Amino acid sequence: MSVGHGLPAFDLQVLRGGDGRRAFPAGGLSLICFAKEDCATTRLSMPLLAAAHEAFGGAVEFLTLLQNGEEDLVLGDEYGLAMPLLDDSALHTSFRYDIDTVPTLILADREGHELRRFWGFGRDDWRDLVGHLADLTGVDTPAIDWEAYPESRPGCGSKSVEPGIFERLQADAEGSPIRARRIEIAPHDDVHEFMFDRGLTDGLPVVPPTPERLMRMLSGTKRDPQEVVAIVPPNLAPATVEKVAINAVMAGCKPEYLPVVIAALEAMCTDEYNAHGVFATTMGAVPVLVVNGPIRHRIGMNMGIGALGQGNRANATIGRAVRLVVRNVGGATPAGTERTTLGTPMKFTMCFAEWEERSPWEPLHVERGFAPEDSVVTVFTSTGLSLMVDQTSRTAHALGGSLGMKMEGLHNLKSHGMGDVVLVLPPEHVDTIWRDGWTKDQVRDRIQAASSRPLRELLQDEESGAGVDPARFGPDGPTEEQLAQPVPKFRDARSIHIVVAGSNAGKFSSVFEGWASGPTGSQPVSRKIEEV
Amino acid sequence: MAEAPAGTVIMDPTDEREPIRRELTRRPEHITGTVGLLDISKPRGNVLLDRLERALQDRLPGVEIRRYAKPTYTKPAPQDLRQKIAQECGFVIEALAD
Repeated sequence: MSVGHGLPAFDLQVLRGGDGRRAFPAGGLSLICFAKEDCATTRLSMPLLAAAHEAFGGAVEFLTLLQNGEEDLVLGDEYGLAMPLLDDSALHTSFRYDIDTVPTLILADREGHELRRFWGFGRDDWRDLVGHLADLTGVDTPAIDWEAYPESRPGCGSKSVEPGIFERLQADAEGSPIRARRIEIAPHDDVHEFMFDRGLTDGLPVVPPTPERLMRMLSGTKRDPQEVVAIVPPNLAPATVEKVAINAVMAGCKPEYLPVVIAALEAMCTDEYNAHGVFATTMGAVPVLVVNGPIRHRIGMNMGIGALGQGNRANATIGRAVRLVVRNVGGATPAGTERTTLGTPMKFTMCFAEWEERSPWEPLHVERGFAPEDSVVTVFTSTGLSLMVDQTSRTAHALGGSLGMKMEGLHNLKSHGMGDVVLVLPPEHVDTIWRDGWTKDQVRDRIQAASSRPLRELLQDEESGAGVDPARFGPDGPTEEQLAQPVPKFRDARSIHIVVAGSNAGKFSSVFEGWASGPTGSQPVSRKIEEV
Repeated sequence: MAEAPAGTVIMDPTDEREPIRRELTRRPEHITGTVGLLDISKPRGNVLLDRLERALQDRLPGVEIRRYAKPTYTKPAPQDLRQKIAQECGFVIEALAD
C-alpha cells in the first residue's frame, strides 16, 4: 500500500523505545533506517544514527527497522539508540521498500514522500544527510568527527533478498501470482507424514511445496501461473501452470525442467493419447516420455549410460512430476481409478532423452515433423520394458532378426496385430546396423519379416489358450490358404518407433511394450517444449 | 515480540475439490481392550471422569479402564504421555471440565 506516490505505509510493533506500534507516515519528517546487527556496516553507521537522533530527534521521527527483530536489539544496547526500534523480522516492510542492502536510510517528508535515500556507508552521504536535517529543522549541526569514519564501506545483503526468503515474500505479497490453497501444517505435525496421510505422494517422500519453492519453480516458465495447461483425467480437472509447478516441486524438479513437464502434460491430456485409459487399464500402462532437441543438454538429461535407469535428476523428476499431476490434480490413484493388476516400477517415472549425436538417423522428433533445433517431448504408452540380448550378430540382417524374434514375444508370442512400441537401440547395436548402411525403415521391415508367423501357429490351442480364436473365421474355421498366410506382429511397421540411447558399451537393446493403440487406445503424441 | 514462527505452509497440489483436514482414524464398531481416560487437569475434570468410568464399567464390563492426567491443561500433553496412552490403549476419552 502506498501513500499517493509516496513510500509504502507501515505499522510495526515497537520492540524498544516506545510502546505499542508505530505507523508511518505519521505527519512529520521521518528518517527510516533498515538495519541488522550481523552487519559490520550497520554497526559502523549506528553512532552516526545515534548522534543524528540526539540532535534532530525532537523534530524528526526516527524509525529504525530491525530485520532480525529482537536479536537486533543488541544494536540499541551497544550504540545507545534511543529512537523506536521496530520489528521487521517478518521482512514485509523491507520487501515492500525494495531493500537490497542494509543499512538503508530514507528521509521522508511530512506526507511520506521520499526526499533522499542511501545504502551501505558513505561518509559524504551521512554528512549531506545531517546537513539536510539541519536545514529542514533549523537545529544546529551536531559535532561529529567525520575524519574518524572511512570514506565508504559496502553494505550487507538485506535479509529480505536472501534465497528462499525473497521467494516467500514474493508469494506473500499483494498481487502474488499464486492462487492455490495454502495448507498450514500444525507445528506438532510433520509435513512429510501429513503429505503421506493426505495421499499426495506416490509412496516415496516428496519435496514439500512451500510458497517459496513454488515461486522458484514458476521462474522456469514465462507462462501465466493461472493459464490452464491441460484438463487432466480421470476427474477432468484443469491443471494450471501453478498446479503443475507445485507437483514439479514435489517431484524434485528444477525450474528449468518445468517446460518439459508442461509440454508432456499437454501431450498426454489429448484425445489421441487417452490418458484416462492409460491410467485406468488393468494392463498397467504408463506414459514413457522421450525428449529430443537442445533442451536435453541444457537441463542435463541422461541419454547415455543407464539412460533408462535411475540416478539422473532431470530424467527421474520430469517423469515423476507428470505422474504426480495425474495423481493429485487428475485424481488417478492406485485402486481408485488406477486399476492396474500388477503395475510396474515405471509407474513412478519413465523419462529419458535420445542420444541424437550418436545416431546416424534422423532423431525421433524430426521423424515426427519437427525441426532438429526444436526441443520436443514425445509421450508413448508402455506396459513393460523388455531386454533383447544379442552379442554375436555382426550384420544388420542378423541383428534385425534377433530383434524381430524378441519383439514377437511382446505381450504374448501369439498376440499379433500389435500397435506402437518404442525400440531403444544402444550405440553398439546401432553400429552393427549402420555398418550395413541400413535405414530405420529397413530395420522395421526386417523386424516385421522376422516376427511374422503363419496364422496356423497363432490359433488358440491346447498348448496355449492365447492367440486367435478359430471361430472368428466361421463355423469351419480358417481355410488352408488363410492358415498359411503370415501374420505380421505389428499392424504397421511404422509403429515401431526407434530411439537411440545407452552407453557405448553393451549389445543390449530394450523395447517398451505397447498398450492398446490406435484411435481406441493410446497414440503417441509429441509437443514442442517452450524454451524460456 | 517477534512474530511467532508459523507452522510450515505448503501449496495444495490437488484440484482442491476436497477440504483439507486430517482423516480421522476409522472408528471401530465395538469397544474392546483398554480405554484411557485422560484428565486435562482442569478443575472437576476428575469428577466427570469418575462418572464416566462407572458408566463405562457398567456397560462394558470386559473393558479395562486406565486413567491418565496431563500435568497442566494449558499445554499440550507431553510426548511421553501421548506415547504411553497410544501404547496402552485402543481408545481414549479426553475430559474437559470447568
